[in-house]
Amino acid sequence: MLKISNVETFYGKIQALRGVDLDVNDGEIVSLIGSNGAGKSTLLMTISGVNKAKRGNIVFNGENIENKQPHKIVDMGICQVPEGRRIFSRLTVEENLRLGAHANEKGKYFENDIKEVYDLFPVLSDRKTQRGGTLSGGEQQMLAIGRALMSKPKVLLLDEPSLGIAPKLVNQIFVSIKNINKEKNVTIFLVEQNAKKALELADRAYVLVNGKVTIKGSGQELLKNKDIQAAYLEGGAKN
Amino acid sequence: MEKKDIIQSFKDSLFTGLIALALFGPIVGLRTASKGEGLFITPQWGVVFLLVGLCILGRFLINLNSARKTEITFFSKFTSKFSAITRDKAKHFAITAILFAVVFPFLPFTDRYFMDVAIMILTYIMLGWGLNIVVGLAGLLDLGYVAFYAVGAYSYALIATTFGWSFWICLPLAGLFAAFFGILLGFPVLRLRGDYLAIVTLGFGEIIRIILINWYEVTNGPDGITGIPRPSFFGLPFKRSPDEGETSFHLFFNLEYSTMHRIIFLYYLILVLALITNYFTLKIRKLPVGRAWEALREDEIACKSLGVNPTNTKLTAFAIGAMFGGFAGSFFATRQAFISPESFTFIESAIIVAIVVLGGMGSQTGVVLASIFLIGITEMFRDLEQYRMIAFGGAMVLIMVFKPKGILANRKPTILMHGDKK
Repeated sequence: MLKISNVETFYGKIQALRGVDLDVNDGEIVSLIGSNGAGKSTLLMTISGVNKAKRGNIVFNGENIENKQPHKIVDMGICQVPEGRRIFSRLTVEENLRLGAHANEKGKYFENDIKEVYDLFPVLSDRKTQRGGTLSGGEQQMLAIGRALMSKPKVLLLDEPSLGIAPKLVNQIFVSIKNINKEKNVTIFLVEQNAKKALELADRAYVLVNGKVTIKGSGQELLKNKDIQAAYLEGGAKN
Repeated sequence: MEKKDIIQSFKDSLFTGLIALALFGPIVGLRTASKGEGLFITPQWGVVFLLVGLCILGRFLINLNSARKTEITFFSKFTSKFSAITRDKAKHFAITAILFAVVFPFLPFTDRYFMDVAIMILTYIMLGWGLNIVVGLAGLLDLGYVAFYAVGAYSYALIATTFGWSFWICLPLAGLFAAFFGILLGFPVLRLRGDYLAIVTLGFGEIIRIILINWYEVTNGPDGITGIPRPSFFGLPFKRSPDEGETSFHLFFNLEYSTMHRIIFLYYLILVLALITNYFTLKIRKLPVGRAWEALREDEIACKSLGVNPTNTKLTAFAIGAMFGGFAGSFFATRQAFISPESFTFIESAIIVAIVVLGGMGSQTGVVLASIFLIGITEMFRDLEQYRMIAFGGAMVLIMVFKPKGILANRKPTILMHGDKK
């Protein structure tokens, strides 16, 4: 469904991605783990078209998207929940959600879509008229995911949904991600530092080191992998 | 309050007095007057001491006020009452204000001077509302808004004097031209934000003014355009003795001829134009494009990731903001019957930006209050001639001291839940 081959992305002269190869198949949850500065967020921004790949191809449903503009890519069905949530903090919860529908039939939103988001995250329904900035971190993350779902994506790109969120809420958010995948049939590409959670959830996973994929395999395989345990799971295993 | 604090604030006030003396001493104290041959310096130390005294007293009062924060002082009582009125009863305020504006020309104390000031305030309100789309909603700081005002005024003047078309045809055309210039400015600044955007828009405003001065063949340069047709009341001109085959307004309605008729008509014209601007802005905020403007102001990357096309969003904001600037410009041209590049200097842009910022970015009611406050106060002190700009500055300082985020800083949500609707 989404095929990334040999993608290289630069920030000025600094190379962030050094030839990334990666596939996401229809209906899967694929996780990408890696440490700070490995290039995880850069990869997502490159898929979304916010950063442009200097070399390599990104093919979505048979169509090359590496040179497309970000809003065209969202129109095609790839929506990203950016790192740090990036809620529109002065806008209310409901306004945030409606903005998510921007790519949907030229900005039309559907009451039903909003209702589905509220069913998925009931706490948002209670906070409809509150400003986005007044929500807690976890609630903001839910809002960011809900907002992205409003565009009816085929693939949802999630950038560190556990960042800065209470452990209890992290569990809840990961359960929701699984639900979105299973019930709404949305393919998930998840980027995480919380390697244990990400690998447990994933059908397949990749490890990104210094802008290159070093290890790939099923989520379970990678959980048992000695190198990964040493590098990413020792500290994270306690959560 | 302890004795120590009082001594401290007294010292502080004296220091303020020193600064005031250093400033006012040479600026106000030494006045050059021409007597016979050459210039002589006439000192006016009395005025200087008065001003310095006022500064010391003012500073001392502010110090006292901030030292007893818990106690209700005159200022905080005033401001809290004021904000309570404006926040909770914004809707009532709007309705009352519109009603007042409608009956204003017929109030007993309203004379020609009041009408002129009111028309001026309304023009600034309209400009403020137009700029509010760009600055308040889309978050694009535009310091060259006067350029669109100028484009509107000149388009109107040129079309009306060349083709002799009526106001109602020229007005939309002028708006279109201004919108076109808005897009013209929008393209090069698409990738800019914040300070850099402000600098380019500032330059744009100056470029337009300099073109107006130098393109003599078209704009008549610094001499400006004269004889711009006055608007007519749907075909009925406001003339004492109409031309052959014409009926003028006062004859048609069987009234005594009065120059006030035209003034009152102009007043209602700008009132309607301003209200259209406001209505349009309130409506468009609830549409996807309006929401996208606000989202763009909040976070551009999030917008991109959600499929908002930033190019179109910014260009529509510039174009629509410019269009209303152009409408206001047409009105200005038809009211003055004469325009020259002098009317479109940077200070105009600065005043409009000040109105939007001091009103509270994005607040429609705030723009009204700030316009009345800034323009009204400046007008009230017109007798003071060159010192009236001090009143303007004073008004700005007052707002910033008591309302640092603008008069109405709260953003109104565009969607109200069923429970909130009344």
